[in-house]
Amino acid sequence: MTLHVLKPGLLTTVQDLGRHGYQKDGVVVGGAMDAHALRLANLLVGNAEQAAGLEMTLVGATLRFDQAALIALGGGDLTPTVNGQPVPLWRPVYLPADSVLELKAARTGCRAYLAIAGGLDLPPVLGSRSTYLRGGFGGLEGRALQEGDTLQSSTPSPTAQEQMQRLQARLAKEDLPFATPAWSVSQDLLPAYSSHPIIRVMRGSEFDKFTSASHEHFFQTAFRVTPQSDRMGYRLDGGTKQPALQLREPLELISEAVTMGTIQVPAGGDPILLMADRQTTGGYPKIAQVARVDLPLLAQVMPGADVRFVEVSVAKAQELLLRREADVARFKQGLRLNSHADRSSSQRSEATCIA
Amino acid sequence: MRPYQLTPLGDTAVVVRLGERIDPDTQRQVRLLAQVLDTNPFPGLVEYTPTFTTVTVYYDPLHVRQTQVSTPLREKERMPYERVCRWLQERLEASEEMSLPDPRTVEIPVCYGGDFGPDLAYVAEHNRLSPQEVIDIHASGSYLVYLIGFAPGFPYLGGMSDRIAAPRKDTPRLQIPVGSVGIAGQQTGVYPLETPGGWQLIGRTPLPLFRPHDEQPSLLAEGDTVRFYPITRAEYDAWRQKEGSTR
Repeated sequence: MTLHVLKPGLLTTVQDLGRHGYQKDGVVVGGAMDAHALRLANLLVGNAEQAAGLEMTLVGATLRFDQAALIALGGGDLTPTVNGQPVPLWRPVYLPADSVLELKAARTGCRAYLAIAGGLDLPPVLGSRSTYLRGGFGGLEGRALQEGDTLQSSTPSPTAQEQMQRLQARLAKEDLPFATPAWSVSQDLLPAYSSHPIIRVMRGSEFDKFTSASHEHFFQTAFRVTPQSDRMGYRLDGGTKQPALQLREPLELISEAVTMGTIQVPAGGDPILLMADRQTTGGYPKIAQVARVDLPLLAQVMPGADVRFVEVSVAKAQELLLRREADVARFKQGLRLNSHADRSSSQRSEATCIA
Repeated sequence: MRPYQLTPLGDTAVVVRLGERIDPDTQRQVRLLAQVLDTNPFPGLVEYTPTFTTVTVYYDPLHVRQTQVSTPLREKERMPYERVCRWLQERLEASEEMSLPDPRTVEIPVCYGGDFGPDLAYVAEHNRLSPQEVIDIHASGSYLVYLIGFAPGFPYLGGMSDRIAAPRKDTPRLQIPVGSVGIAGQQTGVYPLETPGGWQLIGRTPLPLFRPHDEQPSLLAEGDTVRFYPITRAEYDAWRQKEGSTR
């Protein structure tokens, strides 16, 4: 199946779950900013979680599918339509050949993910199809999509092919330019996306080196996400003229590893929150580290949004993460049951755990 | 066993701190732990980042939690972080017994000065040397790769003579060409990708330091010894042509 890019949107890149194992070579991990959304979208179309899809930022792309396709959209709501009809997020959607999928401005969230049954077929670079824009490699020639680009998808999995056949049969009976099943992802599985999220953080290595006034400020202030924010990191503004976060005494740090969700504080006092395309190492003091379960919330805030931080222990953060993973495991099981139920009955089936 | 410290970097990584200063001995400890993790990875290990004084070890908490062990776990050890710390302690103890292979020496050809080294004159003037003396000193040194970081394949090299040290530029250049060899303070380095940067540029190498399409993408690795040797512009061009034809 070939995907034609009619309009590229503001910043649309090929992403998967990142490039792992090469940080010792200085290679950034990258991958989807909202990895949870891409994982769910992939599972909805019968793909492996780490299949490559598209990440669209703030203003989405317009794409033509030259053959019938099974897709799923997740993450931010970039007002997707097919031939003018709104397309629901978080469920598999069958598109007949020559459908045009159009995403526009973000209504909620910031980044939309498009998974296509089979996944995007591009040569992996260092084990990943993620686009690393600064390095100019991965994805489609290491760059964002442009008008006129074409992308291929691989053969859909057997589960996806069965789903396509069922939905194709349903398409004829419906008054829509696409067909979806009756169920979608349960709300419980979706992060509490918000334009002013409360983010759980653990203390960073240098937390104790900051003044107590800084600690207070860090946990009591709403930090604004400034326009100097991209896939590499967000510059946050604490809203004070004085440096908001200060060390007790000057500190000469030796560069060490940083990761997605590391909040570091340069001398100016306004924190930088590192995101997917962060460098492997950094030399600024680290005040906090975002809990992994809350990274999707950050991926979906737009510049101008306010974020607040609240402290959790490492034990608590890991408990939350394991609970999220258990939910994903149940969701996968539900998808299998659902596909089985759909197969054994011509009636609409409601899957209990994912309805 | 040298003292070490384990601290969390959030809920998916542990920082193993092996020293407080940049020195070859601490770097040896860093390489030893990296070697143990390569030969004896623990269940759920994702990857690690060795730096000057630390090794940061990334793990998958779900995988760690699901790993069966023969001995019953104390309540505290059910938490993935605690289990990973225990596994790391075992490996740190094992690393004491190990020895490191002899360091590799990598020779890097550099075309010094001219268009490729727009700041050579500045570095010379700053140190009251002639440009040729700067080249001679730079090319006679032996450098230790402490860290690959900042950008893919970018080496932090220790051991440069302070006779050719020079401060960073006040205003960083927006684009530094691939292969540029620079000096910043007491350090020298090579830019593997076109990036912005504030280093004083003294030359350029035709040798690619980062090859994303190779299984071993970085030419250099932590612990390598690097030597630079001067080449002419004609030799540089010939090298580039050869590299281009093998791509």
